[in-house]
Amino acid sequence: MPALNDALTPLLLTLKVAGCATLIAFVFAVLWAHVLTHYRVMGREIIDSIFTLPMVLPPTVLGYYLLVLVGRRSPIGSWLEDTLGIRLVFTWQGAALAASIVAFPLIYKAARAAIEDVEHQLEKAARLLGASETKVFFRVTLPLAWRGILAGTMLAFARAMGEFGATLMIAGSIPGKTQTMSIAIYEAVQAGRDDLANFLVLVTSVVCVAVLLASGKLLRPRML
Amino acid sequence: MYLNKMLGQGARSLAKLLNVLMAFAGGASAQDLTVSAAASLTDAFRALGQQFEKDHSGSKVVFNFAASDVLLRQIAEGAPVDVFASADIKAMDSAAAQSAINVGTRANFAANRLVFVLPGNRATKLSALADLQQPGLRQIAISQPAAVPVGRYAKAALDEAKLWSALEDKFIYTQNVRQSLDYVARGEVDGGFVYATDAALMRDKVKVAFEIATPLPAIYPIAVTRRSTQPKLAQQFVDLVKSPAGQQILTHYGFLKP
Repeated sequence: MPALNDALTPLLLTLKVAGCATLIAFVFAVLWAHVLTHYRVMGREIIDSIFTLPMVLPPTVLGYYLLVLVGRRSPIGSWLEDTLGIRLVFTWQGAALAASIVAFPLIYKAARAAIEDVEHQLEKAARLLGASETKVFFRVTLPLAWRGILAGTMLAFARAMGEFGATLMIAGSIPGKTQTMSIAIYEAVQAGRDDLANFLVLVTSVVCVAVLLASGKLLRPRML
Repeated sequence: MYLNKMLGQGARSLAKLLNVLMAFAGGASAQDLTVSAAASLTDAFRALGQQFEKDHSGSKVVFNFAASDVLLRQIAEGAPVDVFASADIKAMDSAAAQSAINVGTRANFAANRLVFVLPGNRATKLSALADLQQPGLRQIAISQPAAVPVGRYAKAALDEAKLWSALEDKFIYTQNVRQSLDYVARGEVDGGFVYATDAALMRDKVKVAFEIATPLPAIYPIAVTRRSTQPKLAQQFVDLVKSPAGQQILTHYGFLKP
Protein backbone atom coordinates (compact mmCIF):
# COMPACT_ATOMS: atom_id res chain seq x y z
CA MET A 1 0.00 0.00 0.00
CA PRO A 2 1.36 3.43 -0.86
CA ALA A 3 1.77 5.68 2.14
CA LEU A 4 -0.07 8.99 2.23
CA ASN A 5 3.31 10.71 2.31
CA ASP A 6 4.16 9.30 -1.14
CA ALA A 7 1.33 11.36 -2.55
CA LEU A 8 1.47 14.32 -0.19
CA THR A 9 5.04 15.38 -1.02
CA PRO A 10 4.54 15.51 -4.80
CA LEU A 11 1.05 17.01 -4.36
CA LEU A 12 2.31 19.88 -2.19
CA LEU A 13 5.20 20.45 -4.56
CA THR A 14 2.81 20.45 -7.52
CA LEU A 15 0.59 23.01 -5.78
CA LYS A 16 3.63 25.17 -5.00
CA VAL A 17 4.96 25.00 -8.56
CA ALA A 18 1.55 25.49 -10.17
CA GLY A 19 0.66 28.30 -7.74
CA CYS A 20 3.86 30.26 -8.43
CA ALA A 21 3.60 29.57 -12.15
CA THR A 22 0.00 30.80 -12.27
CA LEU A 23 0.88 33.93 -10.30
CA ILE A 24 3.75 34.83 -12.63
CA ALA A 25 1.68 34.04 -15.72
CA PHE A 26 -1.27 36.01 -14.32
CA VAL A 27 0.66 39.23 -13.78
CA PHE A 28 2.32 39.17 -17.19
CA ALA A 29 -0.74 37.93 -19.10
CA VAL A 30 -3.17 40.52 -17.67
CA LEU A 31 -0.65 43.31 -18.13
CA TRP A 32 0.02 42.41 -21.73
CA ALA A 33 -3.66 41.79 -22.50
CA HIS A 34 -4.37 45.29 -21.19
CA VAL A 35 -1.52 46.89 -23.10
CA LEU A 36 -2.32 45.13 -26.37
CA THR A 37 -6.03 45.97 -26.11
CA HIS A 38 -5.71 49.63 -25.13
CA TYR A 39 -2.53 50.85 -26.75
CA ARG A 40 -1.25 50.89 -30.29
CA VAL A 41 1.77 48.62 -30.18
CA MET A 42 4.08 47.96 -33.11
CA GLY A 43 3.68 44.40 -34.43
CA ARG A 44 0.65 43.64 -32.28
CA GLU A 45 -0.32 40.63 -34.38
CA ILE A 46 3.14 39.12 -34.12
CA ILE A 47 3.30 39.62 -30.36
CA ASP A 48 -0.15 38.07 -30.07
CA SER A 49 0.89 34.94 -31.94
CA ILE A 50 4.15 34.61 -29.97
CA PHE A 51 2.12 34.79 -26.75
CA THR A 52 -0.18 32.04 -28.00
CA LEU A 53 2.69 29.85 -29.19
CA PRO A 54 3.20 27.87 -25.94
CA MET A 55 -0.35 26.55 -26.37
CA VAL A 56 0.50 25.02 -29.75
CA LEU A 57 4.17 24.06 -29.43
CA PRO A 58 4.90 20.58 -28.07
CA PRO A 59 6.08 20.84 -24.44
CA THR A 60 9.31 19.06 -25.41
CA VAL A 61 10.11 21.93 -27.78
CA LEU A 62 9.57 24.43 -24.96
CA GLY A 63 11.64 22.26 -22.62
CA TYR A 64 14.48 22.16 -25.11
CA TYR A 65 14.34 25.92 -25.70
CA LEU A 66 14.47 26.48 -21.94
CA LEU A 67 17.32 24.02 -21.41
CA VAL A 68 19.36 25.75 -24.12
CA LEU A 69 18.36 29.25 -22.98
CA VAL A 70 18.81 29.03 -19.22
CA GLY A 71 21.22 26.07 -19.01
CA ARG A 72 24.61 26.48 -17.35
CA ARG A 73 26.44 26.91 -20.64
CA SER A 74 24.13 29.61 -21.99
CA PRO A 75 24.89 33.32 -21.45
CA ILE A 76 21.60 33.84 -19.58
CA GLY A 77 22.01 30.73 -17.44
CA SER A 78 25.59 31.45 -16.42
CA TRP A 79 24.77 35.11 -15.73
CA LEU A 80 21.87 34.11 -13.48
CA GLU A 81 24.05 31.64 -11.62
CA ASP A 82 27.16 33.82 -11.28
CA THR A 83 25.56 37.13 -10.34
CA LEU A 84 22.26 36.23 -8.71
CA GLY A 85 23.02 32.68 -7.61
CA ILE A 86 19.84 31.44 -9.27
CA ARG A 87 19.85 28.05 -10.92
CA LEU A 88 16.86 27.10 -12.99
CA VAL A 89 17.91 23.70 -14.29
CA PHE A 90 17.01 20.91 -11.82
CA THR A 91 15.26 23.24 -9.37
CA TRP A 92 11.60 23.81 -8.56
CA GLN A 93 12.00 27.37 -9.79
CA GLY A 94 12.83 25.91 -13.20
CA ALA A 95 9.70 23.77 -13.04
CA ALA A 96 7.69 26.87 -12.15
CA LEU A 97 9.21 28.77 -15.08
CA ALA A 98 8.29 25.97 -17.48
CA ALA A 99 4.77 25.72 -16.09
CA SER A 100 4.24 29.49 -16.20
CA ILE A 101 5.19 29.63 -19.87
CA VAL A 102 2.80 26.79 -20.67
CA ALA A 103 0.02 28.37 -18.60
CA PHE A 104 0.53 31.92 -19.89
CA PRO A 105 -1.56 31.74 -23.10
CA LEU A 106 -4.61 30.44 -21.24
CA ILE A 107 -4.75 33.53 -19.02
CA TYR A 108 -3.65 35.85 -21.81
CA LYS A 109 -6.37 34.69 -24.22
CA ALA A 110 -9.09 34.83 -21.57
CA ALA A 111 -7.92 38.22 -20.30
CA ARG A 112 -7.84 39.72 -23.78
CA ALA A 113 -11.34 38.55 -24.58
CA ALA A 114 -12.63 39.75 -21.20
CA ILE A 115 -10.93 43.16 -21.42
CA GLU A 116 -12.12 43.68 -24.98
CA ASP A 117 -15.67 42.92 -23.81
CA VAL A 118 -15.68 45.76 -21.29
CA GLU A 119 -17.89 48.65 -22.43
CA HIS A 120 -15.52 51.29 -23.71
CA GLN A 121 -18.08 53.94 -22.81
CA LEU A 122 -17.57 53.19 -19.13
CA GLU A 123 -13.79 53.53 -19.44
CA LYS A 124 -14.27 56.78 -21.36
CA ALA A 125 -16.65 58.10 -18.72
CA ALA A 126 -14.10 57.37 -16.00
CA ARG A 127 -11.45 59.20 -17.97
CA LEU A 128 -13.77 62.19 -18.45
CA LEU A 129 -14.30 62.25 -14.71
CA GLY A 130 -10.56 62.71 -14.35
CA ALA A 131 -9.32 59.21 -13.51
CA SER A 132 -5.77 58.36 -14.57
CA GLU A 133 -5.14 55.43 -16.96
CA THR A 134 -3.92 53.26 -14.07
CA LYS A 135 -6.99 54.14 -12.04
CA VAL A 136 -9.29 53.38 -14.99
CA PHE A 137 -7.65 49.99 -15.38
CA PHE A 138 -7.85 49.02 -11.71
CA ARG A 139 -11.22 50.62 -10.87
CA VAL A 140 -13.19 50.04 -14.09
CA THR A 141 -11.64 47.59 -16.55
CA LEU A 142 -10.39 44.95 -14.12
CA PRO A 143 -13.55 44.73 -11.96
CA LEU A 144 -15.68 44.30 -15.09
CA ALA A 145 -13.37 41.73 -16.68
CA TRP A 146 -12.32 39.75 -13.61
CA ARG A 147 -14.74 36.86 -14.09
CA GLY A 148 -13.35 35.97 -17.51
CA ILE A 149 -9.78 36.48 -16.32
CA LEU A 150 -10.38 34.27 -13.29
CA ALA A 151 -11.84 31.49 -15.42
CA GLY A 152 -8.74 31.60 -17.63
CA THR A 153 -6.56 31.61 -14.51
CA MET A 154 -8.25 28.48 -13.16
CA LEU A 155 -7.62 26.69 -16.45
CA ALA A 156 -4.03 27.91 -16.40
CA PHE A 157 -3.61 26.54 -12.88
CA ALA A 158 -4.97 23.16 -13.97
CA ARG A 159 -2.66 23.18 -16.98
CA ALA A 160 0.33 24.12 -14.83
CA MET A 161 -0.47 21.25 -12.48
CA GLY A 162 -0.44 18.78 -15.34
CA GLU A 163 2.75 20.11 -16.98
CA PHE A 164 5.04 17.21 -17.80
CA GLY A 165 7.22 17.41 -20.90
CA ALA A 166 8.95 20.74 -20.44
CA THR A 167 9.24 20.20 -16.68
CA LEU A 168 10.91 16.82 -17.04
CA MET A 169 13.45 18.29 -19.46
CA ILE A 170 14.44 21.33 -17.44
CA ALA A 171 13.76 20.28 -13.84
CA GLY A 172 14.33 16.54 -14.00
CA SER A 173 12.80 14.23 -11.45
CA ILE A 174 14.21 14.80 -7.97
CA PRO A 175 11.92 13.44 -5.23
CA GLY A 176 10.79 16.24 -2.93
CA LYS A 177 12.44 18.94 -5.05
CA THR A 178 11.21 18.76 -8.64
CA GLN A 179 9.18 15.56 -8.77
CA THR A 180 5.67 16.89 -9.37
CA MET A 181 2.58 14.69 -9.51
CA SER A 182 2.69 14.03 -13.24
CA ILE A 183 6.37 13.08 -13.06
CA ALA A 184 5.86 10.96 -9.93
CA ILE A 185 3.13 9.05 -11.81
CA TYR A 186 5.41 8.49 -14.80
CA GLU A 187 8.19 7.22 -12.53
CA ALA A 188 5.82 4.97 -10.59
CA VAL A 189 4.59 3.37 -13.81
CA GLN A 190 8.14 2.93 -15.10
CA ALA A 191 9.22 1.28 -11.89
CA GLY A 192 6.20 -1.03 -12.05
CA ARG A 193 4.65 0.39 -8.86
CA ASP A 194 1.07 0.26 -10.06
CA ASP A 195 -0.41 0.70 -6.58
CA LEU A 196 1.37 4.02 -6.12
CA ALA A 197 0.53 5.08 -9.70
CA ASN A 198 -3.18 4.32 -9.14
CA PHE A 199 -3.19 6.31 -5.93
CA LEU A 200 -1.43 9.33 -7.48
CA VAL A 201 -3.67 9.22 -10.54
CA LEU A 202 -6.75 9.22 -8.34
CA VAL A 203 -5.55 12.16 -6.25
CA THR A 204 -4.64 14.16 -9.37
CA SER A 205 -7.99 13.45 -11.01
CA VAL A 206 -9.91 14.58 -7.93
CA VAL A 207 -7.91 17.82 -7.65
CA CYS A 208 -8.34 18.58 -11.37
CA VAL A 209 -12.09 17.92 -11.28
CA ALA A 210 -12.35 20.28 -8.30
CA VAL A 211 -10.50 22.99 -10.21
CA LEU A 212 -12.73 22.55 -13.26
CA LEU A 213 -15.90 22.62 -11.15
CA ALA A 214 -14.76 25.82 -9.47
CA SER A 215 -13.93 27.49 -12.76
CA GLY A 216 -17.27 26.37 -14.19
CA LYS A 217 -19.07 28.00 -11.27
CA LEU A 218 -17.19 31.22 -11.89
CA LEU A 219 -18.04 31.20 -15.58
CA ARG A 220 -21.73 30.42 -15.43
CA PRO A 221 -23.34 33.72 -14.40
CA ARG A 222 -21.51 35.44 -17.23
CA MET A 223 -22.84 33.04 -19.83
CA LEU A 224 -26.47 33.86 -18.96
CA MET B 1 -27.09 11.18 -41.20
CA TYR B 2 -25.60 12.58 -44.38
CA LEU B 3 -23.10 14.60 -42.41
CA ASN B 4 -22.14 11.49 -40.49
CA LYS B 5 -21.48 9.59 -43.68
CA MET B 6 -19.45 12.42 -45.09
CA LEU B 7 -17.36 12.68 -41.95
CA GLY B 8 -16.83 8.94 -41.93
CA GLN B 9 -15.67 8.99 -45.51
CA GLY B 10 -13.46 11.96 -44.83
CA ALA B 11 -11.86 10.22 -41.85
CA ARG B 12 -11.34 7.04 -43.87
CA SER B 13 -9.67 8.79 -46.78
CA LEU B 14 -7.53 10.80 -44.38
CA ALA B 15 -6.48 7.57 -42.66
CA LYS B 16 -5.66 6.03 -46.04
CA LEU B 17 -3.59 9.01 -47.04
CA LEU B 18 -1.70 8.91 -43.74
CA ASN B 19 -1.05 5.19 -44.19
CA VAL B 20 0.46 5.83 -47.60
CA LEU B 21 2.61 8.61 -46.19
CA MET B 22 3.73 6.42 -43.30
CA ALA B 23 4.71 3.66 -45.69
CA PHE B 24 6.90 6.18 -47.46
CA ALA B 25 8.39 7.26 -44.19
CA GLY B 26 9.21 3.64 -43.38
CA GLY B 27 6.48 2.66 -40.93
CA ALA B 28 5.96 -0.91 -39.70
CA SER B 29 4.84 -3.62 -42.14
CA ALA B 30 4.61 -7.43 -42.12
CA GLN B 31 8.30 -8.19 -42.78
CA ASP B 32 9.41 -5.87 -39.99
CA LEU B 33 11.21 -7.18 -36.97
CA THR B 34 10.73 -5.08 -33.86
CA VAL B 35 13.65 -5.13 -31.47
CA SER B 36 13.38 -3.56 -28.00
CA ALA B 37 16.87 -2.91 -26.70
CA ALA B 38 18.45 -1.13 -23.72
CA ALA B 39 19.35 2.51 -24.42
CA SER B 40 23.08 1.79 -24.06
CA LEU B 41 22.84 -0.58 -27.05
CA THR B 42 21.49 2.13 -29.38
CA ASP B 43 24.48 2.60 -31.68
CA ALA B 44 25.75 -0.98 -31.71
CA PHE B 45 22.26 -2.36 -32.43
CA ARG B 46 21.64 0.14 -35.24
CA ALA B 47 24.78 -1.22 -36.89
CA LEU B 48 23.62 -4.79 -36.22
CA GLY B 49 20.24 -3.93 -37.75
CA GLN B 50 21.90 -2.72 -40.93
CA GLN B 51 23.92 -5.92 -41.08
CA PHE B 52 20.74 -7.98 -40.59
CA GLU B 53 18.88 -6.13 -43.35
CA LYS B 54 21.83 -6.76 -45.66
CA ASP B 55 21.77 -10.49 -44.86
CA HIS B 56 17.98 -10.83 -45.08
CA SER B 57 16.82 -8.76 -48.03
CA GLY B 58 13.19 -7.68 -47.78
CA SER B 59 13.13 -7.58 -44.02
CA LYS B 60 13.44 -4.46 -41.96
CA VAL B 61 14.51 -4.04 -38.36
CA VAL B 62 12.61 -1.48 -36.30
CA PHE B 63 14.20 -0.47 -33.00
CA ASN B 64 12.71 0.68 -29.74
CA PHE B 65 15.38 1.96 -27.36
CA ALA B 66 14.67 2.81 -23.71
CA ALA B 67 15.52 1.77 -20.16
CA SER B 68 15.29 -2.04 -19.84
CA ASP B 69 12.47 -2.03 -17.28
CA VAL B 70 10.40 0.30 -19.44
CA LEU B 71 10.85 -2.04 -22.41
CA LEU B 72 9.97 -5.01 -20.23
CA ARG B 73 6.78 -3.31 -19.12
CA GLN B 74 5.77 -2.55 -22.69
CA ILE B 75 6.35 -6.18 -23.67
CA ALA B 76 4.50 -7.51 -20.62
CA GLU B 77 1.55 -5.23 -21.48
CA GLY B 78 1.40 -6.77 -24.96
CA ALA B 79 3.51 -4.46 -27.14
CA PRO B 80 4.20 -6.16 -30.52
CA VAL B 81 7.91 -6.78 -29.97
CA ASP B 82 9.94 -9.71 -31.39
CA VAL B 83 13.29 -9.43 -29.62
CA PHE B 84 14.16 -8.10 -26.16
CA ALA B 85 17.73 -7.17 -25.18
CA SER B 86 18.17 -5.85 -21.64
CA ALA B 87 21.12 -4.31 -19.82
CA ASP B 88 20.96 -6.54 -16.77
CA ILE B 89 20.04 -10.04 -15.70
CA LYS B 90 17.33 -8.77 -13.36
CA ALA B 91 15.17 -7.25 -16.13
CA MET B 92 15.45 -10.45 -18.19
CA ASP B 93 14.71 -12.59 -15.13
CA SER B 94 11.50 -10.70 -14.47
CA ALA B 95 10.63 -10.99 -18.17
CA ALA B 96 11.02 -14.75 -17.78
CA ALA B 97 9.00 -14.71 -14.55
CA GLN B 98 6.16 -12.95 -16.39
CA SER B 99 6.51 -15.44 -19.27
CA ALA B 100 7.14 -12.54 -21.62
CA ILE B 101 10.06 -14.29 -23.33
CA ASN B 102 10.77 -17.68 -24.84
CA VAL B 103 13.25 -18.93 -22.23
CA GLY B 104 14.88 -21.41 -24.63
CA THR B 105 16.13 -18.54 -26.80
CA ARG B 106 17.75 -16.60 -23.94
CA ALA B 107 21.51 -15.94 -24.07
CA ASN B 108 24.05 -13.50 -22.66
CA PHE B 109 25.71 -11.69 -25.54
CA ALA B 110 27.79 -8.82 -24.16
CA ALA B 111 29.20 -7.14 -21.06
CA ASN B 112 29.99 -3.58 -20.13
CA ARG B 113 31.81 -1.52 -17.50
CA LEU B 114 30.42 1.21 -15.27
CA VAL B 115 32.36 4.48 -15.26
CA PHE B 116 32.05 7.91 -13.70
CA VAL B 117 32.27 10.75 -16.24
CA LEU B 118 32.86 14.48 -15.93
CA PRO B 119 32.11 17.30 -18.37
CA GLY B 120 35.09 17.60 -20.74
CA ASN B 121 36.13 21.06 -19.57
CA ARG B 122 36.13 20.25 -15.84
CA ALA B 123 39.50 20.11 -14.09
CA THR B 124 38.25 18.17 -11.04
CA LYS B 125 40.51 15.31 -9.96
CA LEU B 126 38.61 12.20 -8.94
CA SER B 127 39.85 8.66 -8.63
CA ALA B 128 37.39 6.72 -6.46
CA LEU B 129 33.77 6.70 -5.34
CA ALA B 130 34.69 8.32 -2.01
CA ASP B 131 35.92 11.40 -3.93
CA LEU B 132 32.34 12.08 -5.01
CA GLN B 133 31.77 13.57 -1.55
CA GLN B 134 33.86 16.61 -2.54
CA PRO B 135 31.74 19.74 -2.12
CA GLY B 136 32.75 20.95 -5.59
CA LEU B 137 30.71 18.12 -7.04
CA ARG B 138 27.23 19.43 -6.48
CA GLN B 139 25.03 17.49 -8.85
CA ILE B 140 25.49 13.96 -10.11
CA ALA B 141 23.39 12.30 -12.79
CA ILE B 142 22.31 8.77 -11.99
CA SER B 143 19.67 6.73 -13.76
CA GLN B 144 16.61 5.86 -11.71
CA PRO B 145 17.62 2.62 -9.92
CA ALA B 146 13.98 1.51 -9.76
CA ALA B 147 13.70 1.27 -13.53
CA VAL B 148 17.13 1.48 -15.15
CA PRO B 149 19.90 -1.17 -14.94
CA VAL B 150 22.78 1.34 -15.03
CA GLY B 151 21.18 3.02 -12.01
CA ARG B 152 20.98 -0.34 -10.26
CA TYR B 153 24.67 -1.07 -10.93
CA ALA B 154 25.64 2.36 -9.61
CA LYS B 155 23.42 2.04 -6.54
CA ALA B 156 24.79 -1.43 -5.76
CA ALA B 157 28.36 -0.11 -5.95
CA LEU B 158 27.51 2.91 -3.78
CA ASP B 159 25.65 0.74 -1.28
CA GLU B 160 28.65 -1.54 -1.03
CA ALA B 161 30.91 1.46 -0.42
CA LYS B 162 28.33 2.77 2.11
CA LEU B 163 28.13 6.06 0.23
CA TRP B 164 24.55 6.07 -1.08
CA SER B 165 22.95 8.08 1.72
CA ALA B 166 25.89 10.50 1.92
CA LEU B 167 25.55 11.31 -1.79
CA GLU B 168 21.78 11.05 -2.18
CA ASP B 169 21.24 14.82 -2.04
CA LYS B 170 23.44 15.32 -5.10
CA PHE B 171 21.59 12.94 -7.37
CA ILE B 172 19.68 14.04 -10.44
CA TYR B 173 17.66 11.02 -11.52
CA THR B 174 17.41 10.29 -15.23
CA GLN B 175 15.20 8.08 -17.36
CA ASN B 176 18.03 6.21 -19.06
CA VAL B 177 21.80 6.17 -19.39
CA ARG B 178 21.80 8.40 -22.47
CA GLN B 179 20.01 11.15 -20.58
CA SER B 180 22.72 11.05 -17.89
CA LEU B 181 25.34 11.23 -20.64
CA ASP B 182 23.56 14.20 -22.23
CA TYR B 183 23.35 16.13 -18.93
CA VAL B 184 27.09 15.60 -18.33
CA ALA B 185 27.99 16.55 -21.91
CA ARG B 186 25.95 19.77 -21.58
CA GLY B 187 27.65 20.54 -18.27
CA GLU B 188 24.29 20.76 -16.49
CA VAL B 189 25.58 18.30 -13.87
CA ASP B 190 29.07 17.94 -12.45
CA GLY B 191 29.35 14.25 -13.23
CA GLY B 192 27.39 11.09 -13.85
CA PHE B 193 27.28 7.31 -13.93
CA VAL B 194 27.31 5.82 -17.44
CA TYR B 195 28.73 2.79 -19.22
CA ALA B 196 32.21 2.88 -20.72
CA THR B 197 30.58 2.38 -24.15
CA ASP B 198 28.46 5.54 -23.72
CA ALA B 199 31.42 7.62 -22.55
CA ALA B 200 33.36 6.50 -25.63
CA LEU B 201 30.64 7.90 -27.90
CA MET B 202 31.15 11.42 -26.56
CA ARG B 203 34.90 11.48 -26.10
CA ASP B 204 35.01 15.13 -27.15
CA LYS B 205 32.50 16.28 -24.53
CA VAL B 206 32.95 14.02 -21.51
CA LYS B 207 35.95 12.44 -19.85
CA VAL B 208 36.12 9.28 -17.79
CA ALA B 209 37.27 9.98 -14.22
CA PHE B 210 37.47 6.37 -13.04
CA GLU B 211 36.03 2.93 -13.56
CA ILE B 212 33.73 1.44 -10.93
CA ALA B 213 33.85 -2.19 -9.89
CA THR B 214 30.23 -3.31 -9.61
CA PRO B 215 29.16 -6.10 -7.21
CA LEU B 216 27.37 -7.73 -10.15
CA PRO B 217 28.99 -7.65 -13.59
CA ALA B 218 27.06 -5.62 -16.21
CA ILE B 219 25.83 -8.34 -18.53
CA TYR B 220 23.42 -8.07 -21.47
CA PRO B 221 20.96 -10.90 -22.10
CA ILE B 222 18.81 -11.24 -25.24
CA ALA B 223 15.74 -13.38 -26.01
CA VAL B 224 12.88 -13.82 -28.47
CA THR B 225 9.57 -12.70 -26.95
CA ARG B 226 6.85 -15.25 -26.40
CA ARG B 227 4.34 -13.26 -28.45
CA SER B 228 6.60 -12.69 -31.45
CA THR B 229 4.62 -13.16 -34.67
CA GLN B 230 7.78 -14.16 -36.55
CA PRO B 231 9.88 -16.17 -34.07
CA LYS B 232 12.07 -17.61 -36.86
CA LEU B 233 13.20 -14.21 -38.09
CA ALA B 234 13.59 -13.07 -34.49
CA GLN B 235 15.81 -16.07 -33.72
CA GLN B 236 17.91 -15.22 -36.77
CA PHE B 237 18.48 -11.74 -35.35
CA VAL B 238 19.51 -13.25 -31.99
CA ASP B 239 21.86 -15.60 -33.86
CA LEU B 240 23.43 -12.67 -35.68
CA VAL B 241 24.06 -10.89 -32.37
CA LYS B 242 25.82 -14.01 -31.02
CA SER B 243 27.72 -14.75 -34.25
CA PRO B 244 31.38 -13.72 -34.73
CA ALA B 245 30.23 -10.98 -37.16
CA GLY B 246 27.78 -9.61 -34.60
CA GLN B 247 30.30 -9.86 -31.78
CA GLN B 248 32.78 -7.93 -33.90
CA ILE B 249 30.29 -5.06 -34.25
CA LEU B 250 29.70 -5.07 -30.48
CA THR B 251 33.45 -5.08 -29.81
CA HIS B 252 33.82 -2.16 -32.20
CA TYR B 253 31.44 -0.16 -29.97
CA GLY B 254 33.43 -1.12 -26.88
CA PHE B 255 31.33 -3.97 -25.51
CA LEU B 256 33.10 -6.89 -23.86
CA LYS B 257 32.46 -10.63 -24.10
CA PRO B 258 29.95 -11.79 -21.46
